[in-house]
Amino acid sequence: MGTSTCGLAAGSEETLRALQAEVSALGLQADLKRTGCLGACHREPLVEISVDGTSVLYGPVGPAQTRELLAGHFALPGAPQPPQEWVLSRSADRRDYPFFAPQVKVTTVNCGVIDPLSLEDYLDSGGYAALRRALAMPPEAVIAAVQRSRLRGRGGAGYPTGMKWEICRNQPDPLKYLICNADEGDPGAFMDRTVIEGDPHRVLEGMIIAAWAIGARWGYVYVRAEYPLAVKHLEAAISQAREAGYLGSNILGSGLDFDIIVKEGAGAFVCGEETALMHSIEGRRGTPRMRPPYPAESGLWGHPTNINNVETYASVPAILTRGPEWFADLGTASSGGTKTFALTGAVRLTGLVEVPIGMSLREVIFGIGGGIRENRAFKAVQIGGPSGGCLPATLLDTPVDYEPLRATGAIMGSGGMVVVDDSTCMVDLARYFLSFTQSESCGKCVPCRIGTRKMLGILTRLARGEGHPDDLNRLERIAEIVRTASLCGLGTTAPNPVLTTLKYFRDEYMAHIHERRCPAGACAELR
Amino acid sequence: MAQASPLRQVRLRRVAYSGDPLAEPPPPDLLVALEPFRGRDDALVTVLQRIQGLYGYLPNRSVRYAARELGVPLARIFGVATFYNQFRFTPPGKIRLQVCCGTACHVRGAPAILQRLKETLGIAADQTTPDGLFTLQTVFCVGGCSLAPVVLSNGEAHGRMTPAGAEWLVRDLRAREEGRS
Repeated sequence: MGTSTCGLAAGSEETLRALQAEVSALGLQADLKRTGCLGACHREPLVEISVDGTSVLYGPVGPAQTRELLAGHFALPGAPQPPQEWVLSRSADRRDYPFFAPQVKVTTVNCGVIDPLSLEDYLDSGGYAALRRALAMPPEAVIAAVQRSRLRGRGGAGYPTGMKWEICRNQPDPLKYLICNADEGDPGAFMDRTVIEGDPHRVLEGMIIAAWAIGARWGYVYVRAEYPLAVKHLEAAISQAREAGYLGSNILGSGLDFDIIVKEGAGAFVCGEETALMHSIEGRRGTPRMRPPYPAESGLWGHPTNINNVETYASVPAILTRGPEWFADLGTASSGGTKTFALTGAVRLTGLVEVPIGMSLREVIFGIGGGIRENRAFKAVQIGGPSGGCLPATLLDTPVDYEPLRATGAIMGSGGMVVVDDSTCMVDLARYFLSFTQSESCGKCVPCRIGTRKMLGILTRLARGEGHPDDLNRLERIAEIVRTASLCGLGTTAPNPVLTTLKYFRDEYMAHIHERRCPAGACAELR
Repeated sequence: MAQASPLRQVRLRRVAYSGDPLAEPPPPDLLVALEPFRGRDDALVTVLQRIQGLYGYLPNRSVRYAARELGVPLARIFGVATFYNQFRFTPPGKIRLQVCCGTACHVRGAPAILQRLKETLGIAADQTTPDGLFTLQTVFCVGGCSLAPVVLSNGEAHGRMTPAGAEWLVRDLRAREEGRS
């Protein structure tokens, strides 16, 4: 039974209680297991019934359906088979459900399968084998393996992970820190939440391997306070790992001393920026600072600090167990492995998907996501959240990879993928993202503080039908200043939603200005 | 550190002048919460989270106590507290309604839900109803995007929300609360 945040929102707690009652009422010999999220959020609440190795996945299962489901599945006398439309999959790898078939699960392979609060479950799935292997290798060899895997930062910027580790390792300072960035602030993204809720030990294992490679003494996981369940699972996993000797002093007899501390964020988007995040851990206002020096040289309290995203660390164990070449071959020539996306919006099958890097947007949205809801027309896909861009149908064959996406004006980003249909107004969408970045701008540097406010003012005017023909030039000019002169990533990427919608959906802006009309019918003042 | 003490006395005298009753000892639960952080300034965010955990908000007096107990300038504490969205300076209502305004929720109708809740409750975002029952907040993404739009009541997520459903939720929560009292 999936009981992640998304499952709980769909009512899985009620279903679970009903299942418990029915299992004992029907006298079945069954263990009820809570798991993380399988990613098929559109069919939540999901129930998987396994008997002697064969399993069937059902959903959505409400409390009222539990008796019929159990009686039917276990073929109790007089009970008909559960209706076919409840069944998602009848195979163990779930590939008979089209949503799962094209996916390649590396970081989310255990999500929705194992009990995240059970160390035994993780060990049974091959957990901590990668750590044992890494500890038997010299740290330099671990770094070399990560470099060969072509793993790049999954937080969005795509810096080669192995290179980052090497720079940090080569610093003379003996005290080094490690940070896992789980401040998943992009509205429309929940990859990190799913991985931490569903498979917290994988993230820890990746961090411990990194600590060995770099020589770090302390690790921090900086989690959003909006993710209470993730914090709970993480803390439970850390204390289990400590007890089992995977954290603490002399880990598995290797001589490595390393421990992990969870820090809860306090609701500031800018804290996803690495220097702001470190300020926040230090108990200060979460404002960014100039780089260089980069955190790998001077980070937390002035010591060398390696900072990676949740998904990056979660990719590391598989690189060591299945080999860097296997991982590299999954992706493209410049970037190995897989990327998870939170596929949401107007798509039919929403959820968390993990695909090999290089798959086209079309395959993700139409192949996995099943196309657009209610047979409406695809209009755009927004990738990378407030830092990303909106791409039109003509760019659907763009592969999901760092450089090709950047060439379109969007970014890979952390993995938010929001599909919009023809009922969404692109001017309003740009205004929405700007209102987000404007309110989350920390105010330290002028281009971002003033520039985002000015751009938001213009967009708000356009959405009201009070636009001026010169507004588009003005928008582009301010966007260019904000993009080039801001201090941190929040500011330099804030204009992306505006610039990409201006580039690909200029006629909608024109309609707002010249005809005082919103083609999508979304802007309330123009109806 | 010898030079730090006169400065601290000056600050305390000022506080006393403003009529703040800091002469009284801090409440014991606050002292317990502050104990691990005494003399440290590297965990201010955590300290504030603990205080908010105790009271549901940051009462002015407890922040002043914290400044004194930790030896951190009051300006720095307020600088940090006002920076982060999480911290509140007024007591919250009994039920915290959070409308998710993440991207997925936005494109699937969160603005209309927020509007309806404002009308139903007669308050703006970040305000509390006069009876102290509801506090209305907006949040940027709770990670429930596939069930968008989402509204949370005291952290419990309600997916696939509509304006009518939100109004119903308020009525239901209010009835349950009245039934309890």
